[in-house]
Amino acid sequence: MTRTITIDPVTRIEGHAKITLHLDEAGRLADARFHVVEYRGFETFCEGRPFTEMAGITARICGICPVSHLLAAAKTGDKLLAVQPPPAARKLRRLLNLAQLCQSHALSFFHLSSPDFLLGWESDPARRNVFGLMAADPDLARAGIRLRQFGQQVLELLGGRKIHSAWAVPGGVRTPLSAEAREWILERLPEAKATVATALQLYKQLLDGPLQREQSTFGDFPSLFMGLVGPGGRWECIDGLIRFIDSDGRIVADDLSEDDYASYLGEAVESWSYLKFPYYKPLGYPEGIYRVGPLARLNVCESMGSDWADAELAEFRQRSGTAESGGRIVTSSFAFHHARLVEIVACLEGIEQLVVDDSLMTDRIRARADLNANEAVGVSEAPRGTLFHHYCVDDDGLITRVNLIIATGQNNLAMNRTVAQIAREFITEPVADGAEIPEPLLNRVEAGIRCFDPCLSCSTHAAGQMPLHIELRDAAGGLVAERLRG
Amino acid sequence: MSVHTLTVDGMEVAVPEGATLLDAVRAAGVELPTLCHLDGLSPVGACRLCLVEMETSGHLQPACATAAGEGMAVLTQTPQLQHYRRMAVELFFAEGNHVCAFCVANGNCELQDVAVAVGMDHSRFPYQYPNRRVDASHPRFAIDHHRCILCTRCVRVCDEIEGAHVWDVANRGGECSIIAGLDQPWGEVQACTSCGKCVDVCPTGAIFRKDDTTAEKEANRERPQLLRSAREQHQWQNQ
Repeated sequence: MTRTITIDPVTRIEGHAKITLHLDEAGRLADARFHVVEYRGFETFCEGRPFTEMAGITARICGICPVSHLLAAAKTGDKLLAVQPPPAARKLRRLLNLAQLCQSHALSFFHLSSPDFLLGWESDPARRNVFGLMAADPDLARAGIRLRQFGQQVLELLGGRKIHSAWAVPGGVRTPLSAEAREWILERLPEAKATVATALQLYKQLLDGPLQREQSTFGDFPSLFMGLVGPGGRWECIDGLIRFIDSDGRIVADDLSEDDYASYLGEAVESWSYLKFPYYKPLGYPEGIYRVGPLARLNVCESMGSDWADAELAEFRQRSGTAESGGRIVTSSFAFHHARLVEIVACLEGIEQLVVDDSLMTDRIRARADLNANEAVGVSEAPRGTLFHHYCVDDDGLITRVNLIIATGQNNLAMNRTVAQIAREFITEPVADGAEIPEPLLNRVEAGIRCFDPCLSCSTHAAGQMPLHIELRDAAGGLVAERLRG
Repeated sequence: MSVHTLTVDGMEVAVPEGATLLDAVRAAGVELPTLCHLDGLSPVGACRLCLVEMETSGHLQPACATAAGEGMAVLTQTPQLQHYRRMAVELFFAEGNHVCAFCVANGNCELQDVAVAVGMDHSRFPYQYPNRRVDASHPRFAIDHHRCILCTRCVRVCDEIEGAHVWDVANRGGECSIIAGLDQPWGEVQACTSCGKCVDVCPTGAIFRKDDTTAEKEANRERPQLLRSAREQHQWQNQ
C-alpha cells in the first residue's frame, strides 16, 4: 500500500501551503508535491474598477512586496495612457524597487532562512527562528533587522509609508526625492553595506563547509531561467526586456517584450494546487520549466552594473557555476540565498548612485493623459522574480479583464522538483507504517521551499500567514502520518 | 434683525431669526457631525447625523433642517443620540461598498471622519455588498455608486449653484440611487457643464476626477458657500 506524508503548514514563508511526500508500496519515496491551498480571486473582483485604482488594489495583495505590484500596475497604467513617465519618475521608481528588493531579501535571508544554516538543521525547532538567532548572535540579528529597516525606511521616505504606499501612479510618481530623504539614505548606507558584507563573508564560509550537501541537493537541476536584462545584458529590476537562458548558458530567447508574454508563457493547472504552473511555451509542459527571481536574474545577466556587485557576481559564478556551462550558470536552488545577498549589494550600490542625482528632486515627475489604449501589460522584477500585470479596459477606463502572473507561480514547477529532490536525498530508507517523520527532514524539505522565498499571498493572490503541513500517504492515498505546524 | 435666544446643552445662545438649530449648536461651540448638510446648499435632513433632542418633548429633530425658535432647549450629546449617530454611520458602511484602502478619498473623506468622530470601529450590521456600477463615461469625472451615501449634495449643488440640474434621485429603498439626466450615462447628459462642483461637494470618493488615484482626491467643500455669498452680495469685480 502506498502512503503520503503531509507537511502542513509550511513555516517561515509568506502564505499558506503544504507538502505531500508520496510513498510506494514498499514505503520508499515515489514523489513529492508542493501544494498551495489558498485562493483570493483578485483578478475577478478588480473587474469593473477604474484602471487608476489598480495600483492601490493590487498592492494590497501582499504586505511584503506591495511595491512590485504598485510598479507593475503603474507601468501598465503608463501604457493605457500611452505616455512615457518623465526621466526623473523612472529613476524614482527604480530607487523604490531597489529599496524594496533590499528589504525583502533581508527579510528572507536574516529572518526566515538564516536560522536554518546559522543555528543548524538539527537545532531545537522552537528556537530555530529569528528569536533564536537574536539569542545566538545578537549583533548579526540586529544588523539584519536594521538592514530590512533601511529598505523599509527608504520606501517610507519616498512613498509616505512603509507598506501599501500608492506613490507610483500611471504616468509617473507623486512626489520627488526630498533633501532630508537623501541625507538620511546617505547616512545609513555605510551600515547597510557593512551588514551585507558580513553576511556574505559568513555565508561563503558556510558554503565552504557545512552547506556543501545542501548546495548540491536542494533543487539542483537543469532548467531555463527568465528575467529582465538592461542594455548589454546588465542586471535589471524594472525596465529592460525579457531574456531566457538555459543551464548551459545559451540564450534561448532575448529582447522579448512583456506585451507578448502569452506567446512564450503558458499556464498549466493541476487539480491539487491553487497555484498555476507557468512554463516556457516553445518547450511545452512540463519540459518548459523555468526559474525566476534572484538566481535567475544573476544567471540571465552579463553584469550587475556596479563594482562590488560585479565582483560578487564573478565569485558567485566561480563558486557555484556548473562545469557544463563553463561556470556561467548556477543551477542549485540553494544558491537563491547567495544570489539574494549579491542582489542586496547591487541594490545598495544602485541606491547610492541614484540618490545623489539632483534630477530626482524635480517636480516634473508625472505625465497626465486621457485613456489611449484598451489593453496593456506591465512588468517589474519583484524580489521573487518577474511579475506581469495584464489589464483590458473598456472605452471609459473600467477594467474588463485582469491577468496577474506572479513570480512565485513561475517557480512552481521548480519548487515541486526541489521538494522531491530533497526528499529523495534524505528519505533513503523505507518508511514503516505509523513511523514518525524526523523533524530535521521535515525542516529540510521546508527549507527547499524557503530557498525560493515564495510569497503565496501573491501567487494565489491569497491571504494569511504561512503554516506548513506535511502528509505521508500510502499507495492507495491513505494518510499514514502527518505533521502540522502553524 | 430679531434674535432668538435658546439653550444648547444648557448653554444660552442667541441666533438671528432664520437660523437653524445647527447654527445655534455651532454658535454654542458644540461640534455636531453632518454629512448631507453643506453650507451654501439647502438643507434636506437626509443623513440624520445632526439629530438633537428637544429637551421638553424628547422629540428628535435634524438640527440642519429645523428652525431655531425662541426659548427652545436642545440636547446634543445624550446617550440615545450618540447611539443613533453611531448606528447611522454603521448603516452607511454596511449599505454600500466602502473600501478606504484604495479609495480616491482616503484621508479626505467626510464619511471616514464621521466614523472616527462617532467612535465606529466596526459595523454591527451585516454588510450588504450591493452590486452597483461605476459610470466613467464623462471625459473628466466618474461616479462610483458603491461609495454613494445618497446625501444629494451633488443634486443640490448642480441645481442650486450651477443651475444645470444634471443629477437626480431615482428609485426607492435599497435601489435608490443618484442618476444623471434621465438615467443616462453621465457623459451623454448635455446639461452637464463639466464644472466639477459635484466633485467638490461629494463627501466621499463617490464622485471623483478620473486621473485621481488612491487618496488623491482634493475636494473644495467651501465652494458652494463662497459662490452663493459672492452671488448674493455682488462680490464679483465686474458687477
